[in-house]
Amino acid sequence: MFSSLKEKIGEVLLPGDEFVFESEDTIFLTDNVKPERPVCGPGLRQSGNRLVVSKSGVLRHKPPHTFWMDSQQWRYVPAKAETVIGIVTSKSGDIFKVDVGGSEQASLSYLAFEGATKRNRPNVQVGDLVFAQFTVANKDMEPELVCIDGSGRANGMGVFGGGGLLLKVSLGLVRRLLAPQSDIRSDLEQLFPCELVVGMNGRIWVRASTIQQTLIISNLLQSCDTLTAPQRREQFRKLQKGGL
Amino acid sequence: NHKVSASNNVSLREFGCEQNLLSRPDGSASFVQGDTSVMAGVYGPAEVKVSKEIYDRATLEVLLQPKVGPAGVREQSQEQCVRETCEAALLLSLHPRSSLTLILQVLHDDGSLLSCCLNAACMALMDAGLSMSCLFCGVTCAIGADGDIIADPTAAQEKESRALMTFAIDSTERRVMMSSTKGSFSVQELQECVAVSQKASEKVFQFYRDSVRRRYSKNL
Repeated sequence: MFSSLKEKIGEVLLPGDEFVFESEDTIFLTDNVKPERPVCGPGLRQSGNRLVVSKSGVLRHKPPHTFWMDSQQWRYVPAKAETVIGIVTSKSGDIFKVDVGGSEQASLSYLAFEGATKRNRPNVQVGDLVFAQFTVANKDMEPELVCIDGSGRANGMGVFGGGGLLLKVSLGLVRRLLAPQSDIRSDLEQLFPCELVVGMNGRIWVRASTIQQTLIISNLLQSCDTLTAPQRREQFRKLQKGGL
Repeated sequence: NHKVSASNNVSLREFGCEQNLLSRPDGSASFVQGDTSVMAGVYGPAEVKVSKEIYDRATLEVLLQPKVGPAGVREQSQEQCVRETCEAALLLSLHPRSSLTLILQVLHDDGSLLSCCLNAACMALMDAGLSMSCLFCGVTCAIGADGDIIADPTAAQEKESRALMTFAIDSTERRVMMSSTKGSFSVQELQECVAVSQKASEKVFQFYRDSVRRRYSKNL
């Protein structure tokens, strides 16, 4: 199944590249065979039995049959359940308007914070940074954010900031940072202690014990976009030896 | 009487391309054909003014800046050609009520300018990560005084030609998406030029693939 697709895993594909998969010709009655459909992630579109690439990038695969295009992008498009760093731009009535870097501002209700009630309003001002996740994010509706999870707990979300630095990086870098076994994160851990908030909209907030260390980490993260893995390790090594 | 080019190989000038070279736009690319060079920047999907928003698809705006002087009517018609091609290739319905802006800056014009703009636009749209149903490329053909068909002409060759045509070709079925012609030519000559352009487009698409491969190989 999907042999033509599986051949191309790890290869660079361009928009318009097409894969056709045929269902098996014979299905034995004794087998418990269900026709498998591939699960298409970002960058792949499915129509009938054709799979078409819609973004340039590297084809990735997660068994059993999930495929997606790993592409390099700077602009964020809101997607449900993703956690992002937003900047509060206005307060109107019961709703905060938050800039998440997309094509439209997201709305955040004042009740969507842990322990917030109509009498006990959260302390959110214009210009604050919030770490929130999308409950509504599709192309037709205005995106909506909340700072609580399903059970009503904050779980790390909410207002933060103060003493740190906000950076804009590519979406690929934040995905690499958030991956379970992340080289960059393990390299960073060995440098010096710092606090990192990583938003999937390409925004990273850094705070270390001194301003100098904060600036060093932020410069490192921004250069990770353009460096290859060996070059990056070289940079980290130089910094470790340099000592601070 | 007209002469058909005897060689099967279509000769194009040397290509050059670079992606992600500007820091501010969401996607950028520069494309070089011989001495003609165009830089493209793409912003989007971003906020759109309510007066320009379309309820079910993105609003694409193309701005073409010539090397010298302000943009005039000629640039506006070239912008329209590029915009129609991009709108046919992009999946605009994925971003309703958003704006996409494509800015093309002419760095040097030595002939085949519109096709160079189309190529730079396609690479920049790819670099920005916008969803596309297919790629497109531009090929310019000039018909000389003696009926010779020259693909990817220089400015000098364009000046001496009696007809000049630019076609945008799509990558999946090699069909003509847009055509812009100037001068006098017969129907047969038009069809021959389309065939020459389709042949030349293979080289351009292969070049796109090699460029993108090179770009991702650095990060792998």
